[in-house]
Amino acid sequence: MARHKMEETFGGYVLHNVPFPTELDEEVLARLKEMAPILIEQPYSITYLHSYGQDSPWFAGLTNGCLLANRDPETGYTYATPRGHDMYTGNETDWIEIPAEGVVHAFTVCHFGSEEFLPETPYVLVQVEFPGVDTLFLARLVGVDPAEAGTDWIGMKIKGRFRRLSKFKPTDLYFYPAD
Amino acid sequence: MRPVYAVSGGVSKFAKARPDKTFPALVKEAYDYAIDDLGLTHRQFLEIVDGSVASYFSDHFARQLMAAIMAQDYLGLCPKPSHRVEGGGATGGICFQEAWKAVASGYMDVCLAYGFETMSHVATWKGNEFIALASDVSFDYPVGGFYSGYYAMMVTRHMKEFGTTPEQMAHVSVKNHMNAYHNPYAQKRQKLTIADVRNAPMVAWPLTRLDICVMSDGAAATILCSEDGLAKLEKAGGRRIPRVRVTGIGRGTDAMRMADRPHQSYDDFLKYNLLPIEDTAETRTYYQNLWARGFRYPGVHSFRAGRMASKEAYKNAGVTDPAGEIDFVELHDAYTSSEIQTYEDMGLCRYGEGGFFASTGQAFMPTVDYGLDLPEEPVCPVNPSGGLIACGHPVGATGLMQAVFAIWQLQHTIDKHFGDATLQVPDAQRGAIHSHAGTGTYVTVSILEKED
Repeated sequence: MARHKMEETFGGYVLHNVPFPTELDEEVLARLKEMAPILIEQPYSITYLHSYGQDSPWFAGLTNGCLLANRDPETGYTYATPRGHDMYTGNETDWIEIPAEGVVHAFTVCHFGSEEFLPETPYVLVQVEFPGVDTLFLARLVGVDPAEAGTDWIGMKIKGRFRRLSKFKPTDLYFYPAD
Repeated sequence: MRPVYAVSGGVSKFAKARPDKTFPALVKEAYDYAIDDLGLTHRQFLEIVDGSVASYFSDHFARQLMAAIMAQDYLGLCPKPSHRVEGGGATGGICFQEAWKAVASGYMDVCLAYGFETMSHVATWKGNEFIALASDVSFDYPVGGFYSGYYAMMVTRHMKEFGTTPEQMAHVSVKNHMNAYHNPYAQKRQKLTIADVRNAPMVAWPLTRLDICVMSDGAAATILCSEDGLAKLEKAGGRRIPRVRVTGIGRGTDAMRMADRPHQSYDDFLKYNLLPIEDTAETRTYYQNLWARGFRYPGVHSFRAGRMASKEAYKNAGVTDPAGEIDFVELHDAYTSSEIQTYEDMGLCRYGEGGFFASTGQAFMPTVDYGLDLPEEPVCPVNPSGGLIACGHPVGATGLMQAVFAIWQLQHTIDKHFGDATLQVPDAQRGAIHSHAGTGTYVTVSILEKED
């Protein structure tokens, strides 16, 4: 186990040379195969211009305190997470407004996370079940004690709250216990 | 379709980091082992092999587009035909099946399938970010994109539906780490207790660090061939190759976002997803009772893609009673929870019985002492190699690693390759390999059988 180990991090020294034999005879050349590998850091960053495409009204709704969902006009099958076309009929779906109130369908407490989210740990993820809606919605849950995680959280009534300062991300809507 | 044989394989040593070699050289390590096991030199194999299929998962980890052609080039296989496949965690399984298709269709007589991943090139938490990019970047990733979190959510629902416990999951961890103790290729060879697993640092409740596979560098290669190809390989190598035939493949898919997975009715489950072994009055009643309690399928607790892949592979291979007719399974245990869920998808037990199947010892090896009090005899050993949890999971290589270990099991050569016969499944005649991508989006199942 890694309990008595310091975390390995990047950010090594800038290195401009390494030891190398001064005389290269046959034996020395053969021994180059035993050399330790050279590892160099290669930074890489890029900014993408990501389009939400046909799902854009949903994000605009969150920014304005409104939760939208998609519904198949023929069957009424309703998607909590936006979907431009229905998976069964192939129809283009319509927009409807739904109340930001539901129950916890599944959850976890993340004590670690991807690099981007590590500073936010521990955080609670939930799949939200909305009444009359056929699919679920992934969101953050606040207002529960991460140390008290248990399957009795499933079925908990929760309410949505919209961020005042929108980030144009699904996290513009998050949930808290209703009771 | 023509008969297809899986004749040989090789696996590089899986490790947290392999800075001693570039990724093409890692593939070469696995390839050299595979051809050497056939008694062939590279020049001899080159005369016979028709082409290849390559697999690696992530262009982000590689930071090298067209990485597959660099492996093809380094192996010396140019200008023979090849292509790269990608399907998340199932990439290796898909690669194996694409090589199968190349041979079964008559396109090739001998096809090499190779795969690799070098995940050590970024820090672990950046690596988790890369992996999480294999979830919807509009709706899933920004909420807290972390695969361990996704699988943890799935298992909390499994726990709620069926009463599955973290201790049952810990049994899987103990089993797989202990199996790997006898596998020299494995990354983590550890003797653990249930308490060790539960007391390890919590990653995403209820999954601890010992419930989750680690990042790895590694490569694997297998050689598939037709009957004509087999004759050519045997003639060149001057030896008879123990017959292992790939008797059936199957593949399934499901919605990228687990939130979008259906919650089907009982009738739809019967119509589309029921396995023949489950089609009895008793099991129908069992499932009817689940539905009466509010269970819906697949929801987020079950992998419909895994069920459909199994169903198709069993049909093609003529398997009707999976637990009774398959001698071992190498399945995609990226998480202890997903191993339990997969027992059910593959029909080793019914939906809801996976936790019990794990903790009672039915998936354990009869030849290994786990230090656990297991009430049942092993029924079908699962992950005798140690699986992903203990062997490591260099994504593009993983599904092929499973194929290699399955070939060796069915050739009865585990002792030769591991230097230890402990993990040889006694009298193994038929095995299944199962490769699985992110939250159950792509799943492959292939059946391999010993032939005399």
